[in-house]
Amino acid sequence: MEIHRYEKLWFGLSLLLIVGFIGTITYGAVGAGVQMVSDDGGTVEPSFSTINENEKFAQQEDNQAVHVEGNEYEVAVIAQRFSFQPGTGSPIQVPEDSRVTFYVTSPDVIHGFSVVGTNANTMVIPGQIAEITVEFDELDSDEPKEYGVVCHEFCGAGHEEMAGQIQVVPEDQWEGDA
Amino acid sequence: MEVFANEYPDEAWVVRAALGSAFVALAIGGLMGLIQTLHRTGFYDSLISNADYYTVLTLHGVAMVLLFTIFFLVGFFQWAITDSLGRKSEDIRITKLWYGMMVLGSAMSAVTILGGFVDSGSLSGVEADVLYTFYAPLEAHPLYYMGLAVFIIGTWIAGFDWFRSWWAWKKENPDERMPLRTFMVLTTMLMWYLASLGVAISVVFFLIPWSLGIFDSVNSLLTRTLFWFFGHPVVYFWLMPVYMMWYVIMPKLAGGRLFSDPLARIVFVLFLVLSVPTGIHHQYVDPGIAEGFKFLAMTNTMFLLLPSLLTAFTVVASIEHGARQRGGEGYFGWLTALPWGKPAFTGMTLAGLMFAAAGFSGMINAGMSINYLVHNTLWVVGHFHMTVGTAVALSIMAATYWFLPKITGREIFSRRLGLAQVLLWFIGMVLMGNAMHRAGLAGVPRRTADPTYDQVIYDGAYGAIGELRFQIALGGVLLSLSLVLFFAHLVLSSFDIGERAAATPDSIPAPLSGPEQAPKVLDNIRLWTSIAVVLILITYILPLASIVTDGGGWLGDSYGVIVAEYVLPAVSSTIDIFVGVVA
Repeated sequence: MEIHRYEKLWFGLSLLLIVGFIGTITYGAVGAGVQMVSDDGGTVEPSFSTINENEKFAQQEDNQAVHVEGNEYEVAVIAQRFSFQPGTGSPIQVPEDSRVTFYVTSPDVIHGFSVVGTNANTMVIPGQIAEITVEFDELDSDEPKEYGVVCHEFCGAGHEEMAGQIQVVPEDQWEGDA
Repeated sequence: MEVFANEYPDEAWVVRAALGSAFVALAIGGLMGLIQTLHRTGFYDSLISNADYYTVLTLHGVAMVLLFTIFFLVGFFQWAITDSLGRKSEDIRITKLWYGMMVLGSAMSAVTILGGFVDSGSLSGVEADVLYTFYAPLEAHPLYYMGLAVFIIGTWIAGFDWFRSWWAWKKENPDERMPLRTFMVLTTMLMWYLASLGVAISVVFFLIPWSLGIFDSVNSLLTRTLFWFFGHPVVYFWLMPVYMMWYVIMPKLAGGRLFSDPLARIVFVLFLVLSVPTGIHHQYVDPGIAEGFKFLAMTNTMFLLLPSLLTAFTVVASIEHGARQRGGEGYFGWLTALPWGKPAFTGMTLAGLMFAAAGFSGMINAGMSINYLVHNTLWVVGHFHMTVGTAVALSIMAATYWFLPKITGREIFSRRLGLAQVLLWFIGMVLMGNAMHRAGLAGVPRRTADPTYDQVIYDGAYGAIGELRFQIALGGVLLSLSLVLFFAHLVLSSFDIGERAAATPDSIPAPLSGPEQAPKVLDNIRLWTSIAVVLILITYILPLASIVTDGGGWLGDSYGVIVAEYVLPAVSSTIDIFVGVVA
């Protein structure tokens, strides 16, 4: 079959573009270490009683990140119609210059957990525990810094009210374990 | 030769009816769109409550992306099959049956959605505030799911009807190549059969029994994954009729011919093979699906850029050829020789231009790591309003100015009015689409009645949030005005007003490189379908198995484990046998 010269050139350039895209994403995953939300968080039966018995959720006593080791922390969040617990009532507190792993699940319908203006973003699906790790930099000043968290998946009438906050606390004001 | 409407009056009736249904859906969806754009930007939010916003949003989504697009598709494909094979429907009763089923299914679902506006009384409980994605365990009235099932079965029968025409034609013309338009219809329908299987299984086996109370629960991630099994390829179901217009009608309007028939066939084969095993790219940030499966879906998605990039080449080359036939010269000078006075041509060109821009935002969505930044933000809404909302919707409206005389036998009311309409749509979408993308980058979420929160301050990267909100509202109003012009034009065209000639018959010119240059293997649709099936199995069987076995069974409870232990192995071995037979 006849393929015109310009067609061949265009075909070649298109393939190059595609392979280039796949290459950069692969580099982002392997080289820069941008991991995808995966099945690492495990599963849990979608009811309050079972979720609260889960190891990660049982250790979450208040709104403060739980210290693991070094600069690593964990926060377990229940997303439910129409609040994040913790997060909505009072901000989730994390120390500056830390690596925080969030575990998020839902006892009712599908929700979203998105830290506005950042790439911390996951779906929250009943039965599944979403696990994302977020790095918080050192603060520029002595003031705590707030990030908004929104539910970005429609979860019923009242969805537009579902939001919370993360507060990054300066090291000398951090009251939790370190 | 006669005008289509006179030569095939029965088929033309079905085409007109399908287009009529499509435009009713467009009118309803458009009105909902106007209400939404004013409500969520805060310019006029006293018409509906925040709770009713989601009913409006559900209606907008279902009316626009399921009813408007697919009703247009079946009408347009019926014309393409009848006209390109030059034969009547094998049995017009079947043709009317599938159209009737699609109308019935639409009506069933529409009643439940409209029930969402009624707070009490006899209709209370009949509602479907679940958006067009109906993610369980958000629950709609059973009739909503049943309507969807009836609608989809209608499209399946339509596909069968068109295959019958092709089989009958083939028997009478054993040595001839499959006509290009028939090839496009049949490959698209095969893709559709594979794709819609996902949503059909989800609706019939899980959602309907669950909404009737037979099951207590469903596995939320399973039904969501089955939805996206269908939910991504459905965008190509919207797009393929438009590609047919761009390949077949645009070169003709430009005064030329299609550049290459073989390349057009390759493009449709690529869509058949690659459309379905990509759906997981809508679930990049879903828990419960391992990273490797997401990477696989991304690779397939990236390769799907290929047919669209090839289309860009072929369509531009074809219209350049047309322009040069009309006396156009120079590197860019030929652009002035194009028939810009024809609303069909100008509208489709503007739609194609916007598709190129939206293609780039699509490439960003497809990149799984950068997707974190935009997932479920208004960016995505901007993306699909420029793709399905313009590349598809504007092409459909523009092509209608060319197409209407074929099926009614009467010329359109006014070219100038048509030109104003398509331009207005383009300008409206430049404002709205662009502002939505930028608002999404600032983190403004989609699918909410009111994106302002006490806890959140948006930091607009380019432009303040207030300005973006204004552009979205203004764009939405211009788009609504464009729709008003479109419907006014349709109404005026259906009366004998002014001095209008009867439609003159015309035909589609032969391509520069004809089908004789295309290798025979391209027409072996059985081979391409088998490859598509294998790719789907590779991409989906493992993630689905792990969702069922690790994530709470078929139904999200202990009962499901029993099913997983006995039913899943049986299903997978059945599929193995099926693959063996097909391959």
